[in-house]
Amino acid sequence: MSVVTNTTTIGAIEAPSRRNTELALLAFAVVIPVFAYLNVGLAIDGEVPPGMLGYGAGLALLAGVAHLVVRKWAPYADPLLLPLATLLNGMGLVLIWRLDQSPRLIALAKRSYGAFSPSAPNQMMYSAIGIAMFVAVLLLLKDHRTLQRYTYISMVVALVLLLLPLVPGLGADVFGAKIWIRVGGFSIQPGEFAKLVLAVFFSGYLMVKRDALALASRRFMGLYLPRGRDLGPILTIWAVSLLILVFENDLGTSLLFFGMFVIMLYVATERTSWVVMGLLMSAGGAVVVGSTASHVQSRVQAWLDPFECLKTAPEGTNMAYACDQMTQVLMSFGSGGILGTGLGQGNSDLIQFAANSDFIFATVGEELGLAGVMVFLLFYGLIIERGVRTALAARDPFGKLLAMGLSGAFALQVFVVAGGVMGLIPLTGMTMPFLAYGGSSVIANWALVGVLIRISDTARRPAPSPAPNPDAEMTQVVRP
Amino acid sequence: MSELTLTVMRLGFLAVLWLFVIVAVQVIRSDLFGTRVTQRGSRRQDARPQQSGRQAAAPPQQRGGQQAAPAGRQRRGAPTKLVVSEGTLTGTTVALQGQTITLGRAHDSTIVLDDDYASSRHARIYPDRDGQWIVEDLGSTNGTYLDRTRLTTATPIPLGAPIRIGKTVIELRK
Repeated sequence: MSVVTNTTTIGAIEAPSRRNTELALLAFAVVIPVFAYLNVGLAIDGEVPPGMLGYGAGLALLAGVAHLVVRKWAPYADPLLLPLATLLNGMGLVLIWRLDQSPRLIALAKRSYGAFSPSAPNQMMYSAIGIAMFVAVLLLLKDHRTLQRYTYISMVVALVLLLLPLVPGLGADVFGAKIWIRVGGFSIQPGEFAKLVLAVFFSGYLMVKRDALALASRRFMGLYLPRGRDLGPILTIWAVSLLILVFENDLGTSLLFFGMFVIMLYVATERTSWVVMGLLMSAGGAVVVGSTASHVQSRVQAWLDPFECLKTAPEGTNMAYACDQMTQVLMSFGSGGILGTGLGQGNSDLIQFAANSDFIFATVGEELGLAGVMVFLLFYGLIIERGVRTALAARDPFGKLLAMGLSGAFALQVFVVAGGVMGLIPLTGMTMPFLAYGGSSVIANWALVGVLIRISDTARRPAPSPAPNPDAEMTQVVRP
Repeated sequence: MSELTLTVMRLGFLAVLWLFVIVAVQVIRSDLFGTRVTQRGSRRQDARPQQSGRQAAAPPQQRGGQQAAPAGRQRRGAPTKLVVSEGTLTGTTVALQGQTITLGRAHDSTIVLDDDYASSRHARIYPDRDGQWIVEDLGSTNGTYLDRTRLTTATPIPLGAPIRIGKTVIELRK
């Protein structure tokens, strides 16, 4: 019975808490958006923008509160997650404020709604609520393993959240996609929150069932095919995501949920066959829906050949709008070039509708160029990397799966939006996490980062030092 | 605003963004290869001679030490948490709040052991009427060890005594 003192767990290495590193990065992450704000003001009006100090102070206050909470309640958490999220949120605020200054968008709003209201103050409020959500997650969720108890409750909650937009009177049809509900004066996107809850269900479920899914299988053409009865869950999730696709007309949400499930299934079972099956099933579903739903059809047309479709589509139809947007977005990216036109000096406001939400990445592409797009994708990549790292370091299988599922969903969302905007895949109505205008998205993503920070705190917490051996005191070592 | 200033700002801003990425990657790098690798290596070297010395010297003393120890240790107060000190779950802690803690491979156990030597319902730890924590083997195949003795009946746990199940070692701490 040998006593082994060094551990092989990644997280068990004695780690310093790294809170000061986080604070320094956080200060940097607040200064960068303030610099961007100044840049936009100088470029548009030729003078230092009056709201700069207030904006900087607000962002610094939010970041400071988040940092103090992490320092107190999650001292060993990953030092990069919070600064990266703060930076993206701050840059999103600047870009939204910059689009608020655009005379074209102001004129458009006056023409279609009769009045123009700036989006940046709202987004600032959503960010504050998001940080409050982040703080609440860290305060209430002392141990992520408690979530495991709510596996099947999470499933029900997630289904309810996903189906809420279909309830008559509650759901709202916004430009073809039924992913919104209206409560009071607010419209909420329940799908963003369902993402978190579903990740909890998937990890709880797969933790219990992974042995059955991984081991009971037949080998066929180099692939391990699971037994028919074990196919149940993946077929159910596939059916639910197809239902969302058909009834809510939202390609993005259904792709996100199905993709997240396949990622987690692969991570839990280490079987490539699930990935192959998942890809086949989503391709099949996409083809069927792409050839039937008109809403999706116009997106596919706009993706295949936006310039041709702009010429042929009848004036005023949904398809004409979709193609017009897509051409403007491609022009935006193109005119940005390598280094961009500079903040506040682009014409990405020509996209008009949803320029500050779905298409905000086009503004990055035009005003910061390829260099800026790459750096933003790297920011997202770093957040995902830290999430996966947390999953590797987590000691319990539930925490591993949850961290992996959340970062996988985040990665898929970034891929689906960035890919859609750049014309790699058909456009889907999703939002760039933290960057795009929209309350639900910002709040849900801050909660997601909160859960990741909680798991990483548990994972990186140094192992307790071994108890003093009672025998040692009584042992006398006689040295010559 | 002059064209030159704006160009300088534009390039400067891109440079600052990339600088942030570089700083972030440096943080990751120090997380991976920081000074801790050398620390870890040297600590291991330091630890080895001590450890082997302790192991070699301990057994003859063990019997006497074990009998005298529990009474002395209990007076220091009741344990408040259970700590996993070895095995894949190293570092996991569970607060002791009067509830029964089950250990085993079954997924509804309080501590789920991912260990080939553990049975699905391996052992349980519970407080008796006086608040003394008791460990009981639930008929496991490979047995539960308190210090170095295999458990046959429910046994009170002294503070800090290692309970070994397969490759996992747990202790009660204050």
